Amino acid sequence: MIRLEKRPQPSRFWSAATPVVAVLATMVAGGILFASLGKDPVAAILTIFWEPLFGEFSFFYRPQLLIKGAPLILIAIGLSLGFRAGIWNIGAEGQYIMGAVVGAGVGLAFYPLEAWYIFPLMILAGALGGWAWAMIPALLKVRFGTNEILVSLMLVYVAEQILASAALGLLRNPEGFGFPGSRNLQQYASAHNAEIIAGSGLHWGVLTAFIAVIFAYVLLNRHMLGYHIRLTGEAPRAARFAGVNPARLILFCLGMSGALAGLAGLFEVAGPAGQVTIDFNVGYGFTAIIVAFLGRLHPLGILLAGFLMALTYIGGEIAQSQLGLPAAAIQVFQGMLLFFLLALDLLTNYRIRRTGREAA
Amino acid sequence: MKLTTLLTSAVMALGLATSAYAEDKTKVGFVYVGPVGDGGWTFTHDQGRKAVEAEFGDAVETVFVENVAEGPDAERVLTQMALNGADLIFTTSFGFGEATINVASRFPDVKFEHATGYQRADNVSTYSARFYEGRAVQGHIAGSMTESNIIGYIASYPIPEVIRGINSAYLHAKKANPDVEFRIVWVYTWFDPAKEADAAKALIEQGADVILQHTDSTAPHAAAQEAGNVVAFGQASDMSQYAPFPRVSAILDVWAPYYIARTQAVMDGTWESVDTWHGISEGMVGIGEITDAVPAEVKAEALALKEALRTGAYHAFTGPINKQDGSVWLADGEVADDATLAGMTFYIQGIEGEIPN
Repeated sequence: MIRLEKRPQPSRFWSAATPVVAVLATMVAGGILFASLGKDPVAAILTIFWEPLFGEFSFFYRPQLLIKGAPLILIAIGLSLGFRAGIWNIGAEGQYIMGAVVGAGVGLAFYPLEAWYIFPLMILAGALGGWAWAMIPALLKVRFGTNEILVSLMLVYVAEQILASAALGLLRNPEGFGFPGSRNLQQYASAHNAEIIAGSGLHWGVLTAFIAVIFAYVLLNRHMLGYHIRLTGEAPRAARFAGVNPARLILFCLGMSGALAGLAGLFEVAGPAGQVTIDFNVGYGFTAIIVAFLGRLHPLGILLAGFLMALTYIGGEIAQSQLGLPAAAIQVFQGMLLFFLLALDLLTNYRIRRTGREAA
Repeated sequence: MKLTTLLTSAVMALGLATSAYAEDKTKVGFVYVGPVGDGGWTFTHDQGRKAVEAEFGDAVETVFVENVAEGPDAERVLTQMALNGADLIFTTSFGFGEATINVASRFPDVKFEHATGYQRADNVSTYSARFYEGRAVQGHIAGSMTESNIIGYIASYPIPEVIRGINSAYLHAKKANPDVEFRIVWVYTWFDPAKEADAAKALIEQGADVILQHTDSTAPHAAAQEAGNVVAFGQASDMSQYAPFPRVSAILDVWAPYYIARTQAVMDGTWESVDTWHGISEGMVGIGEITDAVPAEVKAEALALKEALRTGAYHAFTGPINKQDGSVWLADGEVADDATLAGMTFYIQGIEGEIPN
């Protein structure tokens, strides 16, 4: 018989080891999945994890990892602050959309004027758009005690409608022959989130993501507010006695995660995507939740988790076109990663005991 | 001895020839917006891909990536295909337009074909089918078969392609039955069985007994079947699993001949950037079998209409036709020009409601 025994203290070793073990377990289980689909499992795993980093065309894929990973990291950093304090913003996707729409709207309002201040204004507007959208669940929670999970999630669908409306109406390219979609910001120099070093993939959003990681690390480890966030999550009662103002904390955490998600949306729409289109959002806001947990809600962990997630996306596409793996198999593979992580999390708080004989 | 030497060299020559042949394989890539198993749009494109493989055998290699999001993801997948030596790449969704143009500018030696788009370049062709011709036949059957005089229409995105289909279906339904009304629901997706089913149910509750769809799943058919007396049509693919009722006919996308011709052109070195818009006459649009659930005289009329469209004796948009606001669009006998059709953003007279924006 095996029996679970609660640890007196969460295990530090397993807390750090579970992500690594989860990745290895995913590789094994994924390999079995690919083998049962009639593909060479070793080749498939190598294609997903090796090819983008060290393969023949890694000069192209490495910058792509930055482009794909940056929005995930930026959003996940914001989410992790709230998650640590038990404030659940599930609607980052909506805040991401609103940041993009508001930011792109500000940029397009200046078209065709070329000026240095346009892009900074767009960044500000993007952050503001995401922040304002997150303030809705925040204020409702503070004022009326509504559930922020439901409100923020529902607002994603509202944001999607606003996005469709913007792509079809307000922001539609007047020279686009009636087709939906805004002007391409990549062709509007003052509004273009261009690569800082050409061909490196390093655009302003990537830089911002790195800054956010450092900022979150300092906040959580060196700042009173960060201490309050951690305290509220770990011991809510103690936090109240310590004089933490829960309303202020809710407004800060939701506002911060909204602003960061909005920034991610703005950098995406002004850079890699270029356009406000009906299908602009591709689920970064939801995937970032996985990234946040995969990274143990720790800034450095999130940095690594974001790139790992990006790697499975990019490697997954290569596996699709080179090995003919179906897209669904790749998605199952990504799902396994979270599944194993959550399952193995058990080991942080419990230890497994073999009970061969009855305890005396 | 001599024979052995001869055979050996023959085998070697053969080996060299085959390996040289393998090097010369034409690589054709396909980028799909949905899953190949959607049973509709992407499925028909993948049928086209398989036809290319069947036609050229070992002379081609095809690769595809499904479920590609429009935007930066599409751009990366396209770049990856080009890097891996694709000679010809088909991008089969309107939303891949910007990505196709961007990647094409970086790989001038690779040929690109963008479905339903409007932006071309020296190495980017556009192609689409005149689905509105199929809609005309469908509208005729729908108008003839409705008893409640209410036809439900599940529309995807308010882009010219979809609006054109609504107008054509309405025009011909109205000709068959002057009392007909259209109820249009916009679902903002090409493929989402749950949303499509909800839309179909809502339309049926509003009294619709015919459901037309510009989305790709069979969910509306399932809803129609459940309701019992509601007619539906296959979209993109035949969806014959719901025949003979509720599915009474279908608009078929037939990409194979075009894909084979374009692949051949790349092999021959005769490929050029063109804008192709083929209809029933070229065989890019087909009408799925009209089942016996349709009255014989309606079926005969529908087939006659199809034949007139095929020969070009009749254009699906022939005046007099007014715009929704009552202003004249086409005078008596005038036919629509392709430019207006390509950028159509207005309803014709008689359709209620507004195009969302």
